Amino acid sequence: MPIIDVRNLHKRYGEKTAVDDVSFSVEEGEIFGILGPNGAGKTTTVECVAGMRPADAGSVSVLGRDPRRDRDEVRELLGVQLQEARLPDRLRTGEALDLYASFYRSPADTGRLLESLGIADKRDTQYRRLSGGQKQRLSIALALVENPRVAVFDELTTGLNPQARRDTWDLVENVRDSGVTVVLVTHFMDEAERLCDRIAVVDSGRIAALDTPAGLVARTDPEQRVTFRAPRDFDEQVLAARPEVASAHRSGHQVRVTGRGNLLHAVTSVLAREHVVAEDLRVERSNLDDAFVALTGRSPEA
Amino acid sequence: MNTDTERRSPVSALLRTAATEARLLTREPVAICVGILLPTVLLLGLGALPVLREPAPEFGGLRFVDTWAPMALILGTGILCVQHLPSTLASYREKGVLRRMSTTPVHPGVLLTAQIGVVSAAATLSALLLVLSSWLVLDVEPPSRPLLFTAAFAVGTASLIALGVLVAAVAPGATAASGLSTALYMLLLLVGGVFLPQNVLPGFLARLGEVTPPGAQLLLASWSGDSGGAVLPPLVQLAIMAGVALAAAALAARLFRWE
Ligand SMILES: Nc1ncnc2c1ncn2[C@@H]1O[C@H](COP(=O)(O)OP(=O)(O)OP(=O)(O)O)[C@@H](O)[C@H]1O
Ligand SMILES: [Mg+2]
Repeated sequence: MPIIDVRNLHKRYGEKTAVDDVSFSVEEGEIFGILGPNGAGKTTTVECVAGMRPADAGSVSVLGRDPRRDRDEVRELLGVQLQEARLPDRLRTGEALDLYASFYRSPADTGRLLESLGIADKRDTQYRRLSGGQKQRLSIALALVENPRVAVFDELTTGLNPQARRDTWDLVENVRDSGVTVVLVTHFMDEAERLCDRIAVVDSGRIAALDTPAGLVARTDPEQRVTFRAPRDFDEQVLAARPEVASAHRSGHQVRVTGRGNLLHAVTSVLAREHVVAEDLRVERSNLDDAFVALTGRSPEA
Repeated sequence: MNTDTERRSPVSALLRTAATEARLLTREPVAICVGILLPTVLLLGLGALPVLREPAPEFGGLRFVDTWAPMALILGTGILCVQHLPSTLASYREKGVLRRMSTTPVHPGVLLTAQIGVVSAAATLSALLLVLSSWLVLDVEPPSRPLLFTAAFAVGTASLIALGVLVAAVAPGATAASGLSTALYMLLLLVGGVFLPQNVLPGFLARLGEVTPPGAQLLLASWSGDSGGAVLPPLVQLAIMAGVALAAAALAARLFRWE
């Protein structure tokens, strides 16, 4: 049985359709990514999953329960980190965590939780004095204090500096390794590529694609590019004879080859045969960014 | 997961939340100083001026400090109930504190209730401090009709709290809430006779003080025994204040948004 099962979910705000026939299921132990541009309907989707909003149509089940009908049970099993939820300015880290722990039947050990999130030394610090990264860690801690089976993180690393983002990624992996199924909402490609086992690309309220990161890349653009610098007397068209090569172009010293399969090997073996010393040899692979643009027709972080 | 642990009762969640909110209040210097301490400090300070401790004919033979003591009380409870309370609630909504809580098994209404409880307790503390210190230091007689005074204070505070929650309910954000609540506070102070004693207020304003929260006239009458020329009998004033409290509370409950 999937941990989360969403079938034909529809949600509108007045005239505006935010979620338009979305279906997906999340399996136990995976990190499931929901990726999409601003306003795509990511937050709305996970808020329906968490039972915070009623769906207009379709069904949502979390561990076999209906998040609206069995809300108390689902709240004990699903931890949420909300996009843009802050705490009272003068509330201390430890107080916030202890208070939230008291809301649940079998909470985690708050001391150990703070320890594992690296903010044990901030136990007595007021919320307003925490850095952005520390606030985010506290927010993760609050989502985990109930010992959830599923954790939903909405835009976990937005606004963090690169180091804090990478640290947060490690935290998310630790959460998954501790047996918690994770739903991760993001609009960062690198984050989705690094963390997620599967990704649903959402655009204008619909799922544009659902696959592994590698699958998404492969399905959109299997083409590779190799570039290098070569002497002018090298005729780049000898490369075109190889079956892996689709095209070869030169501008000045720069040669650019496109193709499929083991393109790099094909290029280097031709260069060796021709006794050409190539400089600055690079392989460009299409990445999730390219896949995203191909799927949604726009740049993800624009 | 171990599911045999008993779910904590809603009452225990309320008590935990109230304890946390009380701790937060102690970290708000403005609410503490102005809401709880200022009334007493002001009254004692004014009482240090000999002329204000002399019985004066314009106060019906009472001293200024006797007639102004209930006004000092309104000054403090007003800060707590119509300033601190709505701005706290509005900021909790704006920050998503209420929404965050709605993802737990405990409804955010528990947080609202806890806030109201804490503010009532602070207002009571402010009143006790004022009554005791003005009695011990300035010889202001403790309320001459203690039961009526307690009822007047309880109902008056409830009406202010209901207005405070109503402000939080209608204000779109924390900034609007604080603007709105300041305007309301000034109005209540004016009508309540804080700027000018009831006795020297123009007649219609003094009459208004009989029917507007928190019932300045009734507090005055039940404390110093000076009816201030009130037209309505005490119990009618009490009933009006209770009516205002209920109406404001019902409207607030209707309009309150959690997000
Ligand atoms: N409470 C609301 N009332 C009205 N419209 C809303 C509300 N919340 C979201 N919307 C609209 O629904 C659409 C989807 O919003 P949603 O917040 O789910 O997007 P998102 O993918 O999470 O975007 P972002 O990356 O900016 O967080 C948007 O067009 C948004 O304007
Ligand atoms: Mg969002």
